[in-house]
Amino acid sequence: MDPDRVEKIQSDPRFQTLVAKRSRFAWQLSSVILMLYFGFILVVAFAPGILGTPLWPGAVTTIGIPVGILIIIAAFVITGLYVRRSNAEFDPEMASILEDSE
Amino acid sequence: MTGPLRPILKGGVGAIALLAALSAAGPAALADTISGDVERQAVNIPAIVMFLLFVVGTLGITYWAARQTKSAAQFYTAGGGITGFQNGLAIAGDYMSAASFLGISGLVYLSGYDGLIYSIGFLVGWPVILFLVAERLRNLGKYTFADVASYRLRQTEIRTLSAFGSLTTVALYLIAQMVGAGKLIELLFGLPYEIAVIVVGTLMIIYVTFGGMIATTWVQIIKAVLLLSGATFMAGAVLWYTNFNMEALFTEATQVHARAGSIMEPGGLVSDPVSAISLGIALMFGTAGLPHILMRFFTVADAKAARKSVFYATGFIGYFYILTFIIGFGAIVLVSTNPNFFDSAGALIGGNNMAAIHLAQATGGSLFLGFISAVAFATILAVVSGLTLAGASAISHDLYASVLKKGKVNEFDEIRVSRRATVTLGVVAIGLGILFEQQNIAFMVGLAFAIAASANFPVLFLSMFWSKLTTRGALYGGILGLGTAVTLVILGPTVWVAILGFENPVFPYSYPALFSVTTAFVGIWLFSKLDRSQSAQDEHKAFAAQFVRSQTGVGVSSAVAH
Repeated sequence: MDPDRVEKIQSDPRFQTLVAKRSRFAWQLSSVILMLYFGFILVVAFAPGILGTPLWPGAVTTIGIPVGILIIIAAFVITGLYVRRSNAEFDPEMASILEDSE
Repeated sequence: MTGPLRPILKGGVGAIALLAALSAAGPAALADTISGDVERQAVNIPAIVMFLLFVVGTLGITYWAARQTKSAAQFYTAGGGITGFQNGLAIAGDYMSAASFLGISGLVYLSGYDGLIYSIGFLVGWPVILFLVAERLRNLGKYTFADVASYRLRQTEIRTLSAFGSLTTVALYLIAQMVGAGKLIELLFGLPYEIAVIVVGTLMIIYVTFGGMIATTWVQIIKAVLLLSGATFMAGAVLWYTNFNMEALFTEATQVHARAGSIMEPGGLVSDPVSAISLGIALMFGTAGLPHILMRFFTVADAKAARKSVFYATGFIGYFYILTFIIGFGAIVLVSTNPNFFDSAGALIGGNNMAAIHLAQATGGSLFLGFISAVAFATILAVVSGLTLAGASAISHDLYASVLKKGKVNEFDEIRVSRRATVTLGVVAIGLGILFEQQNIAFMVGLAFAIAASANFPVLFLSMFWSKLTTRGALYGGILGLGTAVTLVILGPTVWVAILGFENPVFPYSYPALFSVTTAFVGIWLFSKLDRSQSAQDEHKAFAAQFVRSQTGVGVSSAVAH
């Protein structure tokens, strides 16, 4: 890649803002997933009884079932949030930065 | 832990060790699932006919793919012409191995809720891969992940390290897959073990040699669709049986299961937090360090498509795990109560990991059983093809073209070397598959994951995220991570006790990832910091241009051939 163009993109304040914003968003979503997962694992390891509580009095279905299914769904939904914001916000901003650097 | 529970938990842990190894990207779970002597079943005609249909169809695709595979880009990455949706299915296909299908449903059948805990562990790595790795990887790489790892570092050292990490991972996986395939096919189709291994090896060589990544991807996509359809039908049949009332399903399951109500809560598989976290790290970082999974990111046109692929893959994999959970409970209700599925000693025919296969018979009769058996065979074929292509690329693109020829090589020669490497790998895999028939190979998948997480991933990750990384740091740290992973697996329960026969393991945990990944990161950091050479200075400076490209995709490789 042309070194002048690299320099130009790199020194564009919009590029710096966008990269920082995107990176912050990625790390935030990653922490949400990691907290969900490791939080779940810690409950499993230290307080499994919580997940074994019946969903309603007399039920066989336990709280653990919807919790587990919801974590799976959350992983998908959070992935979708990232894709949506990238498509709607990050990609067009990057495209305009790149256009100006030509 | 109470006395009577102990054997159950022990069995469960074994199944999990198997799972961990197999599922992330391959059938490793099979190694544990179907170990020891397998009683050959009667020849299963509907299964063989349906499998032959799959073979004919995929050979047709290979013929079509071979006519398009003219350039190195097409051979390695399908010319970047796979869409995000297709790639999402292919990634999900790599993940939904026979091992994860049979292993997780078998685990649910055996211990209920614990199966769900493992499914979640396998899934949560994907969003993190998307947020942190997927787009940068696509923007920087061309054919292999070594392209990214060695982007601004010295080619010879880093490519050799990455190729070594790739080939070790691929070899361990391939052996585990071949052995699992032989036993599974012996069980399902009534074919002799050696024939099964030779059939798998030969078909895989044909797909990859002639059809390259285009054929490998489409075989994986077709298999993913077949497996998702079959699993959807089975889960649907189970729900239909209980009038779509989950409470009724769970009630009936707890009434017939030996562990009664305790299958509805965590059963102690993950009672030790160090093992749990170490397993989580192995699954997450191991997945992000598997060469055949990483290669999939180069088959799409740009970062946007790479992003979409992970979104679809996460959806398909999550859906699949919910299905396997229902299938496992369905097997408790419909299989464990039917004496036809048990041998004279009262054990489930073929072992607990055959629960889903028997459920296929219970819900759809022998024709559907044949379909699911054929899909299981197809699953193994698709996964070994991806593995072999990744191994062959490490040999031809990294070792031959970049290290040996220093990049001065024409495309024609590179593809030729790649094809020869494919045939060699295939023949070696058949040979080792037959050689290892009676060996305990349960450790292999776990080791493959540990190496991917400890040697491949840290170098790859820091090459994209840390400007101060140097060749020396990456090389020494990568070797340290690799060495620690191998050593701890040998000293741990899976090899030291289970294979070498010592009473107590020197290293108490089955999953070394927490320790070996940490060692790798610390090693890379330390040796990079200590590196005051001129080349280290140059490598720091080169990060700026790499960073811009990783963020923008400007100058992205010509892998896109349209």
